[in-house]
Amino acid sequence: MWNGDYLFLLTNLIQKDFKVRYRNMSLGVFWSLLNPLVTMGVLTFVFTRIHRSAQPDFPVFVLCGLIPFNFFSLAWSTGTSSLVENSVIVKRIAVPREVIPISTVLANCVHLLIQIGLLLAVALAFGKGVNRHWLWLPFLWAMEIVFVCGLTLLSSAVNIFIRDTRYVVESFNAVLFWLVPIFYSESDVPPRFVAVYHYNPVAALVMGMRYVLLEASAPPLSLLLKLSATSLLVLGIGIVAFRRMERSFYDYL
Amino acid sequence: MIEFNAVSKTFRQGVGTKLLRQYASDLVSGRSSKLFYALREVSFRVETGGSLAVVGHNGAGKSTLLGLVAGLTQPSKGKVAVEGRMAALLELGSGFHPELTGMENLRLNASLLGLSRRRTAELSDDIVAFADIGDFIREPIRTYSMGMVMRLAFAVAISAEPDILIVDEVLAVGDQAFQEKCFERIRRHKAAGRTLLCVSHQNAMVRELCDRALWLDRGAVVREGPAPEVLDAYAAHDSLKGPA
Repeated sequence: MWNGDYLFLLTNLIQKDFKVRYRNMSLGVFWSLLNPLVTMGVLTFVFTRIHRSAQPDFPVFVLCGLIPFNFFSLAWSTGTSSLVENSVIVKRIAVPREVIPISTVLANCVHLLIQIGLLLAVALAFGKGVNRHWLWLPFLWAMEIVFVCGLTLLSSAVNIFIRDTRYVVESFNAVLFWLVPIFYSESDVPPRFVAVYHYNPVAALVMGMRYVLLEASAPPLSLLLKLSATSLLVLGIGIVAFRRMERSFYDYL
Repeated sequence: MIEFNAVSKTFRQGVGTKLLRQYASDLVSGRSSKLFYALREVSFRVETGGSLAVVGHNGAGKSTLLGLVAGLTQPSKGKVAVEGRMAALLELGSGFHPELTGMENLRLNASLLGLSRRRTAELSDDIVAFADIGDFIREPIRTYSMGMVMRLAFAVAISAEPDILIVDEVLAVGDQAFQEKCFERIRRHKAAGRTLLCVSHQNAMVRELCDRALWLDRGAVVREGPAPEVLDAYAAHDSLKGPA
């Protein structure tokens, strides 16, 4: 069996994804900043000039929603097709297969770090100073990554057997845009649905970040617990399902 | 050491269409797909340090056999035992990405084959020297000729020093001088007591490098034995049927 340098392999695969994506863009990482900035501008215009929202600091507020959602939808959809796209590796080299979807998700994190930098810069520009609760941010994001990894392990494996899976993922993402509080806030959600929102790690991350950045307070414990529980559960399911399905990857690719 | 004991490998026919619609219509019509034998009751043994040529036409089951040796898939029946650290599978640079440069692909491929970061750094000068593709090493692989891709792929694979080296048609692509260089490295690999597996339709190369041969036809072993014998029989059978 394969007993190589796992970390070296993982970093090489992440670099591959990253380089391939950016090499043919003359503006490089600038594109990572442009997309959320333009969307932020448009949504801010719509919700402060047309549909007047009472929400103060709307640009910071909406970026807290956009960045987690963009990361989630992109990481999940690229991760889902990663095994089929790298079928040459799966069919020819005996590497541990989970390294492929995981590296695809992690390659999106490079992009994510740049966007988090942008978010923090915008927050500071709006006078939302650094507070000790910022220490919660790495935890919130780590849980988000755990969640996407679990979900991607599951969907990338299923995509080998049923190639329509990636279209299902795209439809899910389109629906999710409305079910994650991107341009509305937790207080707009009817109280009986709030608990449901907390079980959705993407929504929970958005809400948690708003507590930290906009209100300078720690996210409520119940939110943190539900976010962690769902993320770890999905990771567990993803690992188990992947292990069961990977035996047949070769036959179906 | 590689040992196959009455190994069969079946695939379901029609798994080519992996769409939801297909699964649904199969479920409704109650139709179950037929089994297709890629390998049927195949047994053979290659000792550590031995060398085996696998010959046969397209669809004879050669790739499936390699997949089983490399541990990419499990047999449906029978037992496969492989001793030794990973096998380097050569198929025109599996895992190479056209947009990455030769050097970037070298690192990526080395890590796929299981080399550590340190070992890759130590070996990369030798690999580049062996591949001998000059300044192209800093260019994207998509600008390479077939021969250049093969040179780099072979250089990385042989430098990984696998216990089992798997070589396929690929070597036929290079020019005479480069082929000779490859042969030399393969002889050294054998001399170091490592195992060799050659796959070919039919090739002067396998006669030179392999002691034993295995002839497959539609998944079954036609003949297994000393290389010259089996390869002659295969060649004679081939000329009877005319060029495939």
